[in-house]
Amino acid sequence: MQIDNYLIRQTSLEKLFNNLIGNGKTVFAPQASEKRILFEKVKAFSEITDNYLVTTNAAKSVVFPRTEKLFSYKKTKETTEITDASTEAVPEVVLWGTRPCDAAAFIPLTDTFNGDYPDILYNNRRGKVYLLSFSCATCDEYCFCTSVNGSPGNTAGSDILFTKLSTGDYLAEVITEKGKKLVAENQTLFEAAPEEEKEPNLAKVKTYFNQDEIQAKLQNLFENPVWDEKSRACLGCGSCAFVCPVCSCFDIQDEKHGSKGTRLRCWDSCGFSLFTLHTSGHNPRETQGARWRQRILHKFLYMPDKSKVAGCVGCGRCSRVCPADINILETVTSI
Amino acid sequence: MNELIQKAKSLLESDTVQVVIGYGKGSADKTRAIFLTKPEDCDQLLFDSRCVQNLAVYLTKHEIKHLGKPAIVAPIPVLRSILQLAVENQLKESDLVILGVSPESKLIEFDSFGAIELFLNAYKIQIDEKYKATIDKIKAMPVSERFAFWIKELEPCFKCYACRAACPLCYCPKCTVENNQPQWIPAASHLLGNLEWHVMRAMHLAGRCTDCEACYNACPMGIPIHLLTKSMLQDVEEHFGPYGPSVGKRNTLSSFNPDDKESFIR
Repeated sequence: MQIDNYLIRQTSLEKLFNNLIGNGKTVFAPQASEKRILFEKVKAFSEITDNYLVTTNAAKSVVFPRTEKLFSYKKTKETTEITDASTEAVPEVVLWGTRPCDAAAFIPLTDTFNGDYPDILYNNRRGKVYLLSFSCATCDEYCFCTSVNGSPGNTAGSDILFTKLSTGDYLAEVITEKGKKLVAENQTLFEAAPEEEKEPNLAKVKTYFNQDEIQAKLQNLFENPVWDEKSRACLGCGSCAFVCPVCSCFDIQDEKHGSKGTRLRCWDSCGFSLFTLHTSGHNPRETQGARWRQRILHKFLYMPDKSKVAGCVGCGRCSRVCPADINILETVTSI
Repeated sequence: MNELIQKAKSLLESDTVQVVIGYGKGSADKTRAIFLTKPEDCDQLLFDSRCVQNLAVYLTKHEIKHLGKPAIVAPIPVLRSILQLAVENQLKESDLVILGVSPESKLIEFDSFGAIELFLNAYKIQIDEKYKATIDKIKAMPVSERFAFWIKELEPCFKCYACRAACPLCYCPKCTVENNQPQWIPAASHLLGNLEWHVMRAMHLAGRCTDCEACYNACPMGIPIHLLTKSMLQDVEEHFGPYGPSVGKRNTLSSFNPDDKESFIR
């Protein structure tokens, strides 16, 4: 699809935000507190921070909540009444302030939830999400989007991508039908495309490796000392998976209260000792090394093999939060 | 520092230990746990104020035990955890070599757990004044306000269990939350699930926690869960006297004393 370019004034951004709220949309945007910056539901433009590299958490919980009801049931003497959660209405959600890596992550995430069969709950939510991303002007040593076919100004996945120009105003690249719809609804705020180029306003993210080469190398790396060596300090928590915008493993839980109950799907992590534990007691991934290998192979080999897109967007969140300072970039570049 | 490196080298050279657990350079400006098996790698060891991860957590991990007998770099919080693990029969003196690090960054060697205890007598666990003030403030809240405070604080928890994983005293091979027949604690990270998990975690550490703050440091969401364990340390002190792990003594809440001041127990 043809990308339409516009200029949007700094002052018009707030108007756009207010219009979105006014139109009844739920807006999630980065909100700063003492120790974290999270995508949170916001009501006022002033609640949003623009002073962040990436948020601590990923935006995925908007389409893949950490705890999601699949159905509820009620048993009586004669029957069992089931209420399917996928028929419940979901609100229109605007994700404001996603980074290009965050937006790109929705591509493999959507692939995963449309593998063997389309996941109705996920697709319902995803269909109602608008992604209004902002290009990156800065990066840090944990960022590596350019190694996994991304970039600080990558448009893939976003509906509109804003890039801050030297004047303080923004270049707005309108990428999808959804983006065009928003522009049409707010036409007065979008002016003729600026002459200033986008590129000089973007962060310079170093390219550390080539995703295709890594994929080829991983084919024959199942048995290798690198997995134990790089994961030795792993504590076995799930923080890497839970802040990852692509990780989508889940666990099914039933919560019952007498004759009523609900079935939930809850985030799971390959770092946990219960992950893939068999009923027999056997676990094919007995050690943290084997679990770390699963994490890397899944992202850089299995997912690109299956759906052509890697399961990592190079946001670096997992490495930033790891309490043992295990660094995904370090593992991949050491291969 | 040089002393520590030389000692680590000689321990590996003489095969007294097979692995040295210490701190090394991490990513960005962080330090990280490193596991050295070759004498020539010992130059990677470092120690400074950034080395706050509690390395004692690795002493009970099967992946690390597999490497052989360890020597461990142990500043005060690590020494406290080692002693507590000893009290709980998780470590024997012959299991490890302790490379103690004094607050002045000097190497101190310990030949017994008793020697650690003697040394730690000069460094009793003390809750920081700033935390005391916060805890007092929370305790002074009416119940409903206090409940609302914790609900709000615990809301971002997505149950990655980094707090548990980083805690040297959470060494159970199977945690209560992993028991699913029956499911004691809801696995979901909804309001009830989060509340039950954090209350359970804190209660299991009552009278055992040595106040290293590893749980708080590990939390990716920065939730102040260490306030719960700190508050319990205060409660333990109030009811049973100052707490610190002691060889030959059992944990405050799992020991019985016929001279107990409470009459109901007799």
